[in-house]
Amino acid sequence: MLVMPAHSSSFNVLAEPHLAVRGLACRRGSTLLFDRVDLALRPGELVWLRGRNGRGKTSLLRLVAGIATPERGQVLLDGTPVAQHAARGQRIVYLGHQHALKDDLTAAEALAFLLRIHGRRDDRANIVAALAHWGLGSQRDVPVRKLSQGQRRRVTLARLSAEHAAGHAATLWLLDEPFDALDADGIGRLNTLLLQHQQRGGAVLLTSHQATLSPTLRLRELDLDACAG
Amino acid sequence: MSASVSASTSCATTPSLFATLVARDLRLALRRRTEALLPIAFFVVAVALFPLGVGPEPQTLRQIAPGVIWVGALLAAMLSVSHLYAADYADGTLEQLLLAGHSPVMIAAARAAAHWALSGLPLVLAAPLFGLLFDLSGAALRMLALTLLLGTPILSLLGALGAALTLGLRSAGVLVILIVLPLAVPALIFGSGAVVAVESGLSASAHCSLLGALLIVTTLGALPATAAALRIAME
Repeated sequence: MLVMPAHSSSFNVLAEPHLAVRGLACRRGSTLLFDRVDLALRPGELVWLRGRNGRGKTSLLRLVAGIATPERGQVLLDGTPVAQHAARGQRIVYLGHQHALKDDLTAAEALAFLLRIHGRRDDRANIVAALAHWGLGSQRDVPVRKLSQGQRRRVTLARLSAEHAAGHAATLWLLDEPFDALDADGIGRLNTLLLQHQQRGGAVLLTSHQATLSPTLRLRELDLDACAG
Repeated sequence: MSASVSASTSCATTPSLFATLVARDLRLALRRRTEALLPIAFFVVAVALFPLGVGPEPQTLRQIAPGVIWVGALLAAMLSVSHLYAADYADGTLEQLLLAGHSPVMIAAARAAAHWALSGLPLVLAAPLFGLLFDLSGAALRMLALTLLLGTPILSLLGALGAALTLGLRSAGVLVILIVLPLAVPALIFGSGAVVAVESGLSASAHCSLLGALLIVTTLGALPATAAALRIAME
């Protein structure tokens, strides 16, 4: 068990965990990236996943999302193995390294597509509001290929705003380097959104190389370097 | 907010995912017209070269027409299918589609359907015109269109399978062709054979039945295999 509290928190400590990771191990080829990782993530909790490059932070997020299969151990979402969870797509929002945006779609179309495949509201008003929240109101009809890396990241993160606006507070957010390419304004907006999500009972597991998380967030740290295989 | 409320606002049923993916692919093709038209342009150029190379003898052209047009269609399909999943794989879209909990079989079906609509259907519509170039009779032209209508979806399904099997591999484009071409040989034989039979005054019903059966078998076999390949690729 290698979850270390970085800030004291008594928020919802008795609540049933959204997510329970037990004895998780991940292998890439002949290399065991990490082993015996345990984690319980309850409503209102945020865990900062740390570790050196190549330690397996992205792999852990993918295992938790149920996209990949672990070498050992299990991931339970609401008590059910995540890969078999019927409403996994409803309960988890996973934002990976890649933006999952198509260059030839506009920012609004790309966001609408992502919301639609996840069964979320994709009406124009919702899209416009989510993009406006990230300062992209005037760029919503600009093709993604004309956006900067930071703006593309903002379009991706606008999914979180849409989730938040729709009231999906119980959703588990899995965020892989969400602060990448964001400027100070974007970092501030994301920290605010994370705090609001946390306050509404949502849970977050994220990776970040930068110490950009707001001190107002109640967070714990999981150091993967201590779980090296 | 409870999970049940979240679920109640969900509307992404599997049929709607199918429509969403097909609509997206058509929209992207519309915005990349040059790229989308390349396989059709290849088909037109390749088929049009044969009369110039073989000579203007009508009897010879009638004999080679079914094979030439079918091989042209097969190669044109291979050109466009080799990267069917590559972009979605590279930019994270495939990951999101699988995470959303939709059936990978439905994802595979939607992508194959979109590929057929963009590359197979135009060939079905254009092939009779090229049949005229080869001096085919009216009955043979109709049979050519029918066999392509039955056969080009097979090429899209097999191509999608090849693309999924080679996802993330180097030289994926060449590998797809090496995997798919042998599997597509029966469609080529029955498709061109049906037109030859009509040109010879024989019944083509056996060829058409076999081509139809091949389409059913390919649909039932290739879609689950493609879905499994996509899952493996994402591991």
